[in-house]
Amino acid sequence: MIDAHLPILLIVAPLVSAPLCVLLRQKTLVWAFAFVVCLASLGMASLLLVRVLQDGVISYALGGWIAPWGIEYRVDVVNAFVLLLVAIIAAALVVFALPSAADEIAAEQHYLFYAAYLLCFAGLMGIAITGDAFNVFVFLEISSLSSYALIALGRDRRALIASYQYLIMGTLGATFIVIGIGLMYMMTGTLNMADLSERLPAMFETRTAMVAFAFLSVGLAIKAAMFPLHAWLPNAYCYAPSVVTAFLAATATKVSIYAFLRFTFTVWGAEFVFERLNFDALLIPLSLVGIYAASLSAIYQTDVKRLLAYSSVAQIGYMMLGIGFVSVTGLTGGMVHLFNHAMMKAALFLAVGCVVLRVGSSKLADWKGMGRRMPITMAAFVLAGLSLIGVPLTVGFVSKWYLILAALEKGWWPIALLALLSSLLAVVYVWRVVEVAYFQRMDEPAPVKEAPWPMQVSMWVLTGATLYFGLQTDLTVRVAQRAAMGLLGVTP
Amino acid sequence: MGEVHPALILLAGGLLLFALPTGPRRVVSVLLPVFGFLNLLAIPEGAMWQITWGGYEMVALRVDKLSLLFGYSFHLAAFIGAIYALHLKDRLQIGTGLIYAGSGVGAVFAGDLIALFVFWELLAITSVFLVWARGGERALRSGMRYLAMQIASGLLLLIGAVCCYLKTGSLSFDHIGLGATYHYLLLFAFGIKCAFPLLHNWLIDAYPESTPAGTVFLSAFTTKTAVYALARGFAGEEVLIYIGAVMTIFPIFYAAIENDMRRVLSYSMINQIGFMTVGIGLGGALGINGAVSHAFNDVIFKGLLFMSMGAILFRTGSIKASELGGLYKSMPWTCACCIVGASSISAIPLFSGFISKSMVIQGAADSGAVVLWLVLLFASAGVLHHAGIKIPFFAFFSHDAKIRCREAPLNMRVAMTISAVLCVVIGSYPPLLYDLLPHPVDYVPYTTTHVVLQLQLVFFAVLAFVVLMLTGNYPPELPCVNLDVDWVYRRALPAAVRGVVRTGGPIVDGFFAGGKALVQKLIAAIREQHNTEGLFGRAWLSQSNVLIAIIFLAIYLIYFF
Repeated sequence: MIDAHLPILLIVAPLVSAPLCVLLRQKTLVWAFAFVVCLASLGMASLLLVRVLQDGVISYALGGWIAPWGIEYRVDVVNAFVLLLVAIIAAALVVFALPSAADEIAAEQHYLFYAAYLLCFAGLMGIAITGDAFNVFVFLEISSLSSYALIALGRDRRALIASYQYLIMGTLGATFIVIGIGLMYMMTGTLNMADLSERLPAMFETRTAMVAFAFLSVGLAIKAAMFPLHAWLPNAYCYAPSVVTAFLAATATKVSIYAFLRFTFTVWGAEFVFERLNFDALLIPLSLVGIYAASLSAIYQTDVKRLLAYSSVAQIGYMMLGIGFVSVTGLTGGMVHLFNHAMMKAALFLAVGCVVLRVGSSKLADWKGMGRRMPITMAAFVLAGLSLIGVPLTVGFVSKWYLILAALEKGWWPIALLALLSSLLAVVYVWRVVEVAYFQRMDEPAPVKEAPWPMQVSMWVLTGATLYFGLQTDLTVRVAQRAAMGLLGVTP
Repeated sequence: MGEVHPALILLAGGLLLFALPTGPRRVVSVLLPVFGFLNLLAIPEGAMWQITWGGYEMVALRVDKLSLLFGYSFHLAAFIGAIYALHLKDRLQIGTGLIYAGSGVGAVFAGDLIALFVFWELLAITSVFLVWARGGERALRSGMRYLAMQIASGLLLLIGAVCCYLKTGSLSFDHIGLGATYHYLLLFAFGIKCAFPLLHNWLIDAYPESTPAGTVFLSAFTTKTAVYALARGFAGEEVLIYIGAVMTIFPIFYAAIENDMRRVLSYSMINQIGFMTVGIGLGGALGINGAVSHAFNDVIFKGLLFMSMGAILFRTGSIKASELGGLYKSMPWTCACCIVGASSISAIPLFSGFISKSMVIQGAADSGAVVLWLVLLFASAGVLHHAGIKIPFFAFFSHDAKIRCREAPLNMRVAMTISAVLCVVIGSYPPLLYDLLPHPVDYVPYTTTHVVLQLQLVFFAVLAFVVLMLTGNYPPELPCVNLDVDWVYRRALPAAVRGVVRTGGPIVDGFFAGGKALVQKLIAAIREQHNTEGLFGRAWLSQSNVLIAIIFLAIYLIYFF
């Protein structure tokens, strides 16, 4: 019985828990509560994926109002995959938050942190699960507003400015999205995605359709931090508390890319976007420029968090590149990279969080001799960094493999070559950190002191995942392949 | 999946070594190859460890006679290397050394191109630490150049594998042959690791820069893995005969004038791989048997020679022929082992080199290529001279350099003795090795013709050496740098550019200066634009962000219309 209500429980649980956190107030109690909620969500998300893989699409009518009149939650392989990803990250990070947030966030704001964390989590899950276009906007605002608050919790004064900048850009993006959705509603009179996809083809000839898609895709590109609309991201990641950085880096941009996929392939259809509008001819060069420009910027950063932030922008370029191929292999590559990058970037930011806890700084200059001071943390950083480069046996290699395969499938070998060469830039920026941490002596010797065990555990769970899924690609690739087929409407 | 993957024991064990304190580490490091070897004996032939890696059926473990022979050889080398490194307190060398050995084992048991690629890259990454272990700027830079070449080889292999999959729909690693473009990519990938002519500089560059124990490990795995890959993929390709013949000839001149003894051995290594490449190129049972058995023997005797030179470096701090001499008084045991190794590499009857190298030469003779046969004979005489005579003579005899040091440590002597005994045993009782070969052997090494031919070579090479020494015409051992083809890209090209600039008048001058300035400007511009103050690296103002978003929207709209 309760099984049938899984989709709504997955959203309601964190959404309702957020105000409860404010009521509970007591720090440990709030943490324990958030932990239980995240764990329960993880369980539900895994169950949902299993169910979808077995029985196919699950449709849930909210409040018993049948779609297209009511709001529909619609779970297929694509979003079940994203839901699971967000739930994994949220559960792993809430463990990390216990010591890390205690260190980086003022004590009287702890309960607010967990409340905002759960709200943001609920918002992101909502974007992923809903089958209603306007509902996407609503959840987008929930997750965005809470993430502004989360970023502003950072101790550095500049966190406020970074949050404010993100607020401006985020609002602009959301406005564009709502304009796009509004235009779609105007044309068809419906907000249900499945319904939209049936009614939109009649409007393909109109200019309104083009304008609607333009607004929608630019809005989502801002939220996904696609180059050159990424400028809000480095500062937001840099000054936010470490656990927030890891959470946003691993989930927020990924969910935006999911929304982009959903609107592009399910609602508008590949035929309209890529054949009529030739969107791929715009997307592929943009992603390649993004990969190179952001990777080069990452090389010259002096703060590890900023370095990783620019690297994130570059990695989003890879995902967009995979989407731009408009083939099953390409989309598989993009989707797998979405999952894999979330794992490795979260692991990397958590390693940074461990160092910040002990050293109090993510400035590269303060990382001298870190290889000796925090050997376990730095080992995780190096392993996840290898993944970022795309070394075999790590998840990074799996994603690169599919992207290159997709490029060669189309016969676009220069793109394959460019994508391969860009990994060399990743070698450079990862090496910069490694060089400082392992080869430069610290100014004054300090004793070995690792981060507390909850932080270690959650960091190593994610680092382990980057290795595990590098070898055992059954779950990720198979699911991504099915998701890609679903998006393109290809039957296996 | 009932079987334990042979590579796993060395890989996991090697990692474990990093965590152990010195005492247990020493014990475990020697036991690991033994365990690995016992495990190997228990594994049946066939394809195992079929892993589904995102839709592909992969075979991570394929056991047949060819891979088993290399597997045995690598375990033996790891065992001897581990004993040789026992005295070290440094966990980096023994740890990476065994992981490196494990990668080699993994590569020879890989049943498909992706598994091969994974271990191929692992070989590159782990081995570079052995070069860096020496410490210092020189080793660091040499290691970097080495790594660049190895990674290039890996990338070629990857692209070749992807193309192979797209063309044939299969990734299995069997006979490849030459035909399509991607076959050449794979050949190049193997060729870099195999030190084909013009691609060989990484070997000469990096191996002599490593530590005494590091070079022993390095000499065993990388090139032999490549020989295995060639034997598996390109057996019987005629082009390999020519490549191999060149490889046997050109290093002997460099080796004759080289002063650094371990560099002499590195050149000699290319020469030996040349023999193996010729054997693979000849193909057929005799050629392949000759090639792989020579690889097996080379691991032992080349390791032995590197060990003896390493012992000298360890005790005296020098490895230059011009600074050594007369060491037989101080290090008699090392001297004896070195002579056994030298005899083996010179293919003197009753030593291991003889029973394998003569197979390749016989194969060449059978094929009817007289020139090839003569080339190989000449190369054999060359080996005899530079490795068989020069190495022991200048290190242990020659003029007395008045160095008085202690004999090599016990563990080094034990390792060298094991290798030396193996050289003699295999050389005196060939069936020991012949039974392991991939094809049935009907070749008899100890016939009058073979023995007499080889002894003639020995006598003439010795005669030539003695005559040259007595008449004073032997190239003197001078502390100098010899130029190899890497000189072309490290010195000559820049110098040529400078030369042209100097003589070519103001126009050319301007062109090159302009080109140089352009590159510098480009890098400077990238730095300027991307550093934390630059356009791409700094935080942007909110209004410019918004402006960009709006411009972007406009671009989209214009594009869509």
